[in-house]
Amino acid sequence: MTQAAGVDNVAVGVPKRRAVPGIGLLRSTHGLQRATLVAGLVLVAGFILVAVFAPLLARYGFAQTSADGVDFVRQQEPSAQHWFGTSVRGEDVYSRVIYGARTALMVIVLSLAISLVVGVVLGLVSGYLSGWLDRVLVLVMDALYAMPSLLLAIVVSVVVSAGQSGTLGGILSAAVAIMAVFVPQYFRVVRNATVAIKAEPFVDAARVTGAGTSRILFRHILSNVTSSLPVIITLNGAEAILTLAGLGFLGFGIEPTKAAEWGYDLNKALSDVSNGIWWTAIFPGAAIVLVVLGMTLVGESINEALNPLLRTRRADA
Amino acid sequence: MTEVSAAQALSYRQLSVTFATDAGSVRAVDDVTFDVHPGEVLAVVGESGSGKSVSARAAIGLLPDTARVSGVVELGGRDVAGLSDKQFTALRGKDIAMVFQEPGAALDPLFTVGYQIAEAVRAHTDLDRKQARERAVELLRMVRLPDPEHRVDYYPHQLSGGQKQRVVIACAIACEPAVIIADEPTTALDVTVQAEILELLRDLRDRLGSAIVLITHNMGVVADLADRVVVMNAGQVVEIAPVEQLFAEPADPYTRTLLSAVPHLGQGRPEDSASGEADPVLVVDRLSVEFLGPLGSGPFRAVDDVSLRIDRGQTLGLVGESGSGKSTIGRCVAALQRPTSGTITILGQDITGLSQRELRPVRRRFGFVFQDPATSLNPRLRVGDCVAEPLLVHKVLGGRKLRERVAELLDAVRLPADTAQRYPHELSGGQRQRANLARALALGPDLLVADEPTSALDVSVQDAVLDLFEELQSEWSFACLFISHDLAVVDRLADRVAVLRNGTLQEIGTRDEVLRNPQTDYTRRLVAAVPVPDPAEQRRRRAASAGLFE
Repeated sequence: MTQAAGVDNVAVGVPKRRAVPGIGLLRSTHGLQRATLVAGLVLVAGFILVAVFAPLLARYGFAQTSADGVDFVRQQEPSAQHWFGTSVRGEDVYSRVIYGARTALMVIVLSLAISLVVGVVLGLVSGYLSGWLDRVLVLVMDALYAMPSLLLAIVVSVVVSAGQSGTLGGILSAAVAIMAVFVPQYFRVVRNATVAIKAEPFVDAARVTGAGTSRILFRHILSNVTSSLPVIITLNGAEAILTLAGLGFLGFGIEPTKAAEWGYDLNKALSDVSNGIWWTAIFPGAAIVLVVLGMTLVGESINEALNPLLRTRRADA
Repeated sequence: MTEVSAAQALSYRQLSVTFATDAGSVRAVDDVTFDVHPGEVLAVVGESGSGKSVSARAAIGLLPDTARVSGVVELGGRDVAGLSDKQFTALRGKDIAMVFQEPGAALDPLFTVGYQIAEAVRAHTDLDRKQARERAVELLRMVRLPDPEHRVDYYPHQLSGGQKQRVVIACAIACEPAVIIADEPTTALDVTVQAEILELLRDLRDRLGSAIVLITHNMGVVADLADRVVVMNAGQVVEIAPVEQLFAEPADPYTRTLLSAVPHLGQGRPEDSASGEADPVLVVDRLSVEFLGPLGSGPFRAVDDVSLRIDRGQTLGLVGESGSGKSTIGRCVAALQRPTSGTITILGQDITGLSQRELRPVRRRFGFVFQDPATSLNPRLRVGDCVAEPLLVHKVLGGRKLRERVAELLDAVRLPADTAQRYPHELSGGQRQRANLARALALGPDLLVADEPTSALDVSVQDAVLDLFEELQSEWSFACLFISHDLAVVDRLADRVAVLRNGTLQEIGTRDEVLRNPQTDYTRRLVAAVPVPDPAEQRRRRAASAGLFE
């Protein structure tokens, strides 16, 4: 176990009481790796800002088709009035893209939070206790792995929402559907790390002092198995957006009057593309690409920065 | 001196090596100058981080990419410090070769040993396959591997550790290099095997005339094998002297402290008359432990019918070579491993078969110190929290009292008060082992089990930790089961000694009985195999025990 001082400073996902998260990470990279990280961070920060301040940035509501009693012209080209043009239903594309960020962020945060808690707890218990519980859980998780993720997400979203798709219900069902895809990943990583860590002498030391199982799990093991999670979290965030967009595109998303959703808009733009109406597809599509790109860049750079074998160092002196 | 460098097998002139690390550049070797004469054994000694390996490896080009070398390394009159990897390939094996610390890791598990030796031979000669194979057999005979015609087709896993090291040595001498670098060649081996390998190296030096650069931290090995010694500390050469002179009258203060820290077999404190036998803290009765063997074969018996007892305030040293089951006994006593049969009684209570919950009160009376101080403290907890853990688990203290108690404990093991706020990786190995000791003693235990507590430490640190150990024991009078492979350490600390071999108890008795007057052949051989850090004494011992290693 290489536990150099530098490695410890860059564990961003783990709450550290001393270092400002991110600064140590940034400092440990350099050259192209740092550029990648910074580009990713800028994209992700932009995404979060847009999502949080959507009502201020958007010029109209996401389902608004008229202003001051006048209906918007449908399928209008980008103009000063409608920066990204309007859609076939007469909505302002710019506003829908902005509000789409909000939906995406909510779904990502919700799905990651649920799957993180479920996956980590199950993984810890399964890896530490082993025995029949471990075998059953591993079998179930491997079975989930074997399912095509989008199909799994569709099945779960139908079960959860039961055909209803209100704002909260829609977001929740999308989040739960995505969670079902991710839990096996966290489970596997945490379980395997736990199996490795539980043979470490400090765990034996805790057992010798007479610490109970839950104390060993959450005080001694948990903090030592989370080091690879920041990488999976950011990469999964990117995948979550793709799954959400896929669900929306296939029509399992959220009603257009309840929330703006990029995948759904892309689906509705299908017929426009062949008619030379590019703006309804390009803008939501570009939003998806940028956010996924940002999260992937951050994830990959964290991976490289945390792994001393991949990290490049400045060779001065 | 500088004029005759062409006659040297290997010479270093103002060698410096710096590494680029996360914490900036680190100078591992600083302005090192020394020579290796042809046909001599030059020992480079020093504690971990002294730069002994790095300077030796600079001569064979085996430094990581992050290293920057400056200065001159002359190998047979040619400067090799600035060579490219490709140029080094032409030199390695032919002019200079290396024997590694871990023989298991230095051999490729997928090829037979004969193939690997033949590869080394064919790299620098134009022998065909068949001739190379014959040469491999010849080399195996030269390193005295029994039955070389047959063993040449063995895979590494079919050989024992000592035999593997012989194969590694055979690879190294394949092209009769002028210089062999042996980097801790016996550290991973048991003492009896170590004695055989040292004998082999001495023999090879005489027969081949190669110079051997022996990198080691073990002063006994130095006294046994070396002609001259280079002492290094913090990247610099402290002293260069012939071996007799170094041990007899060390010139540098650092060498003196280093030598005085080395535990000596036969240097234990005088035997105290045994005080009352009435109070046994630990009684192990007919303990056996079996592990499931591979499919088809029967279970593997790691511990076989072992009985011991330890009285209050006493230390029992449990010694044995690797695989003798000594650690398994320690784990059984700590209830980390369930015995197959037999009973373990701590303070009158039988702990075999108790559930974790029932064990808790017993564990209050109990401390355990682990071998590797680096991994036995949770890396994500502060040292203070680690030490406080037993007190918290048993809900003995809380709040301010807890913090005061932790400060007291840290003070008792001579750690500065601010250590409580630091993380384990910020401490040195010796400090970490002190923190471990503080944790083990937190509840004022009646029994302490120490499993190789000093084997991962440098000698001077080991010395300080052992001092502390003795002092704390006389103060707190706990009984101690001290598990070690190092007879010299056991000799210094233990009141009674038990010798284990392949899970069975060979001999048990007072320290003087077992170490000074051993009854069984095995113990005699074990005691004789330990090299003593005194060249004259070691020569005498070697002659006396020559008959034991046949």
